Amino acid sequence: MTTLPSSTSSVRGAGGYSPILSVDDLYVEFRTRENVVNAVNGISYTVSQGETLAILGESGSGKSVSAQAIMGILDTPPAQIPHGEIWFEGRNLLTLSAEEQRKVRGPGISMIFQDALSSLNPVYSVGFQIGEMFRAHRGMSRKEAKQQAVELMDRVRIPAAAQRVNDYPHQFSGGMRQRVMIAMAIALDPKILIADEPTTALDVTVQAQVMDLLKDLQRETGMGLVLITHDLGVVNEVADNVAVMYAGRIVERGTVDDVFTNPAHPYTDGLMNSVPQVEVKGGRLQPITGQPPNLSKIPSGCPFHPRCSRRRLGAEALPGRDCAGDRPPLRLVVPGREAACHYSEEVLGV
Amino acid sequence: MTDQQQQDLIHDEVEAGTTTGLASPSVDVTSDRQNSLWSDAWKSLKRNPLFWIGAVLGVIFTLMAIAPQMFARGADPRDCNLSNSRVLPSAEHWFGYDQQGCDYLANVVYGARNSLIIGVVAVLVLLVLGVAVGAIGGYYGGAIDGLFSRVADIFYAIPTILGALVLLKVGPSTNLPVISDRGPGAVALALALFGWMTAMRLVRSQVIAVKSSDYVAAARAMGASSPRILVRHILPNAVAPVLVYATITIGVLIAAEATLTYLGVGLQRPAISWGLQIDAGQDLLRTAPHLVLFPSLILTLTVMAFIMMGDALRDALDPRQRS
Repeated sequence: MTTLPSSTSSVRGAGGYSPILSVDDLYVEFRTRENVVNAVNGISYTVSQGETLAILGESGSGKSVSAQAIMGILDTPPAQIPHGEIWFEGRNLLTLSAEEQRKVRGPGISMIFQDALSSLNPVYSVGFQIGEMFRAHRGMSRKEAKQQAVELMDRVRIPAAAQRVNDYPHQFSGGMRQRVMIAMAIALDPKILIADEPTTALDVTVQAQVMDLLKDLQRETGMGLVLITHDLGVVNEVADNVAVMYAGRIVERGTVDDVFTNPAHPYTDGLMNSVPQVEVKGGRLQPITGQPPNLSKIPSGCPFHPRCSRRRLGAEALPGRDCAGDRPPLRLVVPGREAACHYSEEVLGV
Repeated sequence: MTDQQQQDLIHDEVEAGTTTGLASPSVDVTSDRQNSLWSDAWKSLKRNPLFWIGAVLGVIFTLMAIAPQMFARGADPRDCNLSNSRVLPSAEHWFGYDQQGCDYLANVVYGARNSLIIGVVAVLVLLVLGVAVGAIGGYYGGAIDGLFSRVADIFYAIPTILGALVLLKVGPSTNLPVISDRGPGAVALALALFGWMTAMRLVRSQVIAVKSSDYVAAARAMGASSPRILVRHILPNAVAPVLVYATITIGVLIAAEATLTYLGVGLQRPAISWGLQIDAGQDLLRTAPHLVLFPSLILTLTVMAFIMMGDALRDALDPRQRS
């Protein structure tokens, strides 16, 4: 039992629907001349209709790479997917032809990116770019597509949409640009929207609105939202479930409330302790010591053990649960909660 | 920050509840705005004196090519009288007469047509070749790119003038359709065949640079197909430097045509060409310097006109450099 198959995962979508997207034991590696970088190492998760799953992790934990693998926009080579399945509407995306995969992108799964300015083509007006979704996928005429673009811009609350439809990306502010990206991404009513750090490049005030907008749109359309972020605040506000990633693995998974209030993995615990608290003024933050692992030389056993304060090595460890030698599987710890730690019960305090 | 961005920010802040927005200046968002890439480029071009000098000269030479009789002051370049041989310029005949006693102004003016046709046609052929090969090589990469790039390297090893010279020299002895007739088409084709590599490298490097940009990844994530991404998203962003290069190259190739013709492999008599005129005039440089001076002067002005327009275009076409 290395990983739980996603279909038997105990963590369910908020609405209790059956999953639309399910990722099963996905691996992604980057082969360079010198070494192999193991960016994603067997992750599984599901997203149901109306569910918001947050994938939380630090830089290099594999959260963006796994999203790009789902979208099929990894550059291969150097990236390779040696193992795994990505099920969407009854089809394994990884076995589809490039053309079939392309047809899923847009109407099936769509994505928004971190930096909206560089994700928009500078030589076309925003209306043209939003309209391109309709022209390319639905064969609309230019005029119809533009009309649709204006409606979408209204929907994502861009003021004076009819006047601004002919403006260029560089004439918009950061928050408005991200709205344009969102308008493009939801144009074809995707079943799943992957948001790769959608608010990282924005001011704090604008961040909140963009997240509110995504939440409202999700309520209207019932799409599943995969929110990739390293922002604990954003996760807390909008997500139903959270999967915490470390070194290309999911180390803990559960509902946001459970995971945030009572972590079952020492890494999650460390993350929560490193958040500044308004009430505790003047105190020192508790950082997680050490460095994130080198993905071409992931530590044996639990990848987090060199940084873990609760590690048990050699004689201290229970049989078969040596943190440096035995890799902990993602397992059910208490109902609704999975964690990949030999000693989760101790961390949880149950 | 532009007015519009200011407006956006105010809207963002109002919605976030960090300001009431009441004190914000009113900006009329309904006012007409013209801001396509080309209208913005035009706005910038209009302010550039370099562009205007080049454009005015360019228009004059283009008109000269289309309707030379308008500029020849009533003289016919073929109406010659040997008694006028090598007469120096006068108020009546501005450029004087050539050795055959033909009006020289009329001859120089009628020479514009061949030069311009060859320059423009050669650049068009060169662009089609360069853009197609460069875009495909740059976008698909790998073995195709390697092959295309090495072919370009091989052509680079042959100087344009030398390659065109050999091709035009052996052309008449072949049965090839355009090459064998030694007309303007042959000269244009010869120049394009040995001059497409720079355009190809420009396009290729631009395509490679643009290919990895986020908006191409975004287009892929939205389900755009490869041909659509290449034609719609990459090429328009890669085209600006190529357009600049093409404008300058028209001038350069006009000079190259004159060179080839001067060397005796380009256009042949009785065609009227600046290269032929310079060639005929060089032996008489001491007695009738105007026979070399005037065609050279006009040739230089033509080349300069295109280079100035190209320079101005380069400044105007980059939307990110505009303030």
